[in-house]
Amino acid sequence: MSLTPDLRHAVADLYAAYAACLDDGRYEEWPAFFTADGWYRVVARENFDRDLPLSVISLKGRPMMVDRVVGITSTIFHAPYYQRHIVGLPVLAVADDATIHASVNYAVFRTKRDMAAEIYNVGQYIDKIDFEDGKLKFKKKFCVYDNDLIPNSMIYPI
Amino acid sequence: MSANGQAASDGVTRPAWRDEGSSRIPSAVYTDRSIYDRELERIFYGPHWSYVGLEIEVPEAGCFKRTSVGERSVIMIRNRKGEINVLENRCAHRAMRFCQERTGQVKTLVCPYHQWNYNHDGKLLGVPFRNGVKGNGGMPDDFRLEDNGLNRLQVAVRNGVVFACFDSAVEPLEDYLGEDILASFDRTFDGRELVLLGYSRQRIPGNWKLMMENIKDPYHPGLLHTWFVTFGLWRADNDSRLRMDRHHRHAAMISRRSSQVTGNVAEGVTSFRANMTLNEPLLLDIVHEPWWGDDTVCMTTVFPNVIFQQQVNSLSTRQIIPAGPGSFDFVWTHFGFADDDAEMTERRLRQANLFGPAGFVSADDGEVIEFSQDGLVQDKAFATMCELDGRGVGPTEHMVTETLIRGMYRYWREVMEL
Repeated sequence: MSLTPDLRHAVADLYAAYAACLDDGRYEEWPAFFTADGWYRVVARENFDRDLPLSVISLKGRPMMVDRVVGITSTIFHAPYYQRHIVGLPVLAVADDATIHASVNYAVFRTKRDMAAEIYNVGQYIDKIDFEDGKLKFKKKFCVYDNDLIPNSMIYPI
Repeated sequence: MSANGQAASDGVTRPAWRDEGSSRIPSAVYTDRSIYDRELERIFYGPHWSYVGLEIEVPEAGCFKRTSVGERSVIMIRNRKGEINVLENRCAHRAMRFCQERTGQVKTLVCPYHQWNYNHDGKLLGVPFRNGVKGNGGMPDDFRLEDNGLNRLQVAVRNGVVFACFDSAVEPLEDYLGEDILASFDRTFDGRELVLLGYSRQRIPGNWKLMMENIKDPYHPGLLHTWFVTFGLWRADNDSRLRMDRHHRHAAMISRRSSQVTGNVAEGVTSFRANMTLNEPLLLDIVHEPWWGDDTVCMTTVFPNVIFQQQVNSLSTRQIIPAGPGSFDFVWTHFGFADDDAEMTERRLRQANLFGPAGFVSADDGEVIEFSQDGLVQDKAFATMCELDGRGVGPTEHMVTETLIRGMYRYWREVMEL
C-alpha cells in the first residue's frame, strides 16, 4: 500500500464521515467505523505520556462499542448536549504491517441547552487504519486529550 | 431573620436549620461563601487527615507529586532516607507557588524567582547573595535559613497510602479512622505492593459535600444506575452493612453481589432492565479475589476528601479538591497489585469503563451533583431531605437508609458550630 492521492482522499473522507456521524448523533452507526477487533480508547495525555494504561473509555472490539452505545443512548442519565468536531489535516504514514498510521489534531465543542458553546475536549487522534471488506476502518483509535480535567462528564464518543 | 439564615458578628452565615438534627440540610450549607471559608479553616486546614496520594507515585528519592489539601497546593516528595514529606507549594520568600509540574524528580526544590533552594524535607539550603555582593546588600544578620523552610505538613502513611494535615494537633491516623473504618481500609490496603494504573480528572460544578453524600447514599445506586440494578452489583436486596466511625464522619458501605432479584426492588424501577444483556460479556468478567471474603463491594468515605473504591475488580482512590462552594475537582487514581497477572490487570482496566468521568455507573453521579447544586442555588430557602430510615444516626444491616449522610452532617454541625 502506498499513499496515493486516492488513498489520501479516502482517509480524509473517513475522518469527515466519522465526525459527521458523532456530531449528528447517529451513535448506532459509530461502531461500524471500526474493524471487528478495533480498539477505541479515550485517554488523558498525562497517562499516555507516562505509559500509564488507564483510559477514560477503552473498548476492544465492536460488541463492546455497541454496549457503550446502549449506555449513552439508554442507561446513563446526563444533560443533553451537542458535539461539534473540528478535525485537522492528518499526518499519514504507511507502516510495515501495511496499515495506515494517522495522527490528527481535533477539537470538540460542547453546547448544552441554554448555554454558550464551550471548548470541551482538545487533543490528537492517534490511529491505525486498515481495509476491512474493502472499506477503510479504524483498527485502533486513541483520542489523547490535552485538557485532562474533564468538564464534569463524558458521555458521547470523541 | 431571612429564610436562608443570617450573618452573625463573625461574618459567617448561620444556616436556617429546621431543628437540632441533621436530616434537613439548608441550601446555604452548599452555597454560602462564608460557610465554605470556615470549612476550609476548620475542616481542610483543621485537625483532619486529607488523602494526598499513594507511596508508589513517588518511588525514588526526589520524586514528587503536586496535589492539594483543600485549596492549598502541596508537594508530596520522597527524601533520601525514603520517607515521605508533604510540603506546601509556596516559597518562603515571596509566596511563589513554584512547583508547576504535576510530577517529576528533583535533586532539590528550587523557586525560580530568586532561586531559593530547599531540600526534600523542605529545609532552606541557601539563598543567592545572602552575604551581599562586593560588600553591598545581603540579608540582615538575624536571617536564619532554619526559620525560612517550606511549610511542612503532618504526614501519616499506612500501607502505601499517604495522608497529610496542616494542623499539628491532629490525632494519629488510626485513631482518626477508628476501628471499623480502619478494617475497611486494611481490607484493600493490607501492605501488598500497589501498582499505579493511571488517573482520571473531572471538574464537577457542585459543592464538595455532595460527592461525599453520593458515596454515603446507598439508596441511589440501585435506582439511578441501570448497570448496578440490572447486573446485581448494587441493589436494595443485596446483603449489606453500613458502618461509621464514632464521630459519624467516615463511613463504609459494604455489600455482596446478587444475581437473584428478590422482593420489590425491581418493580417500578425503570432503570431495571430484566432482558438487558451485554454484547461483550468481558465488560463484567468478574473474578473473585481471595482478599474480598464474601463482600464484592466496599466503598469507604474518609472525611473530608477521599473515597476508597473496591467495586468487584476495580480499585481506585477518589480525591476531592474543593474549589469554592460551587465546584470541586475529582481525581481518580486507579491501581492494582504488584502480584496481579496480565489478565487481572487487563480486567481491572476493562472494568474501569464503569467508573470515572465517562463510567457506565459514575458519569451520571457527576451530572446529578451538578443539578442538585443548581437547585440549591436557585432556592436559598430550601433544605434537603435525608429521612430515609428515620432521622437518627447509626450503623445498619441494610441499605434502605440515609443514615450515613445524617451522620456526616451531625459531625459537620459540631465542628462548624453552625
